[in-house]
Amino acid sequence: MPVAVDTNEKFASYAHPERLVSTEWLAAALARGATKDGSLVVVESDEDVLLYETGHIPGSVKVDWHTDLNDDVARDYIDGAAFARLAAAKGISRDTTVVVYGDKSNWWAAYALWVFTLFGHQDVRLLDGGRDKWIAEGRELTTDATEITTAADYPVVERNDAPIRAYKEDVLAHLGKPLIDVRSPEEYSGERTHMAAYPQEGTLRGGHIPTAASIPWGRAADTDGTYRSREELEALYLGEAGLNAGDDVVAYCRIGERSSHTWFALKYLLGFETVRNYDGSWTEWGNSVRVPIAKGTERGELPSSN
Amino acid sequence: MTTSQALPQALAEIVNDFQELEERDRLTLLLEFSRSLPALPERLTNHPELLEQVVECQSPLFLTVEAERTDHGDVVRLFFQAPPEAPTTRGFASVLFEGLDGLTAEEILAVPDDMPEQLGLTRAISPLRMRGMSAMLGRVKRKIAGGLRPAP
Repeated sequence: MPVAVDTNEKFASYAHPERLVSTEWLAAALARGATKDGSLVVVESDEDVLLYETGHIPGSVKVDWHTDLNDDVARDYIDGAAFARLAAAKGISRDTTVVVYGDKSNWWAAYALWVFTLFGHQDVRLLDGGRDKWIAEGRELTTDATEITTAADYPVVERNDAPIRAYKEDVLAHLGKPLIDVRSPEEYSGERTHMAAYPQEGTLRGGHIPTAASIPWGRAADTDGTYRSREELEALYLGEAGLNAGDDVVAYCRIGERSSHTWFALKYLLGFETVRNYDGSWTEWGNSVRVPIAKGTERGELPSSN
Repeated sequence: MTTSQALPQALAEIVNDFQELEERDRLTLLLEFSRSLPALPERLTNHPELLEQVVECQSPLFLTVEAERTDHGDVVRLFFQAPPEAPTTRGFASVLFEGLDGLTAEEILAVPDDMPEQLGLTRAISPLRMRGMSAMLGRVKRKIAGGLRPAP
């Protein structure tokens, strides 16, 4: 049984308000013991691998975006069997309501949510504002280890990438349709090949995929880490980026985590049906042989061969 | 461990402590280190311009290095600052602090650049995050090589 959705007024204007929960909603759900019977599992997914251990929402479990969700050999996500093992170990069944939260405006939380969605997990929601908002409001944190008291069994589900994940070949075929580049303006123009403070993920060439609109991911978030209102998001993506209702959209960043945050906003908050995250992103595209790129602040032209 | 023999004693002991643990427990040990990173002395807290940011770290990490004259000759003092919401970064800084603070410039310059790899965290933490620690060590060495400001 899915846990009742958050009827918070702010969420009502979003296309899929059931995908977000507020800190108030989560606090109330914890208070009535929703995590005790296995109907709700709260997942923390952070950039810093030790942050959960310094204090987490009582009853939450940790999922490390890098070591838990990525295959350690292939540049790919884990398979259905590994996901089933991970979910069961965290007390998650196929019908469990999962609420994900994390540091830095839920950037890695959105990424974890996106990977859960690759496996078709039905009810996975983001805590609007994430870890920082929870802490800023003085809500309870604990360093106590979470004991998984409800034995969970998760089926082996074949990952279904196609609806929400784009590979490089898909992006090449997509050229001419809307693309959103969510990296910083300096990465977009090609001045930098990496985000400030993350030089280890550099590429040979700087720039962007031709015709992609530049809407840095952080603009979808307010100063408290919550998503901006529907009107503000529309001004950003329908106004500035020029998207139209019904567009088939691909979002990308450098390795696909920042763009998960934008993917969530486009798909669930604005209701675009076809939004794919190109997780190969600039580290793949910028290093690939014979794929077109554009430099500078203009979107650039499509190459004539396409 | 032949690789550890090239390390100064305190650092070699830390590396051994990490290597003797299971991978999962190595993270716990790093967390303990993150908690023991000493706060900056007041004279530095009030003068953030004396610290340098190591931009290779995934979280804000600031450091400075000073020379201190002692009865046994000149030693190097290390100072690190990282926010509590960056425990991994704090843990790396704390390992370097406990392993290197109070050594001579020559001893620190002789530490192998790949020392962070020897902690055995590369799988648990991902190589991408480990590079932040290598960058810290590199910055400490560069500052020493460039000449140190004497401690006040």
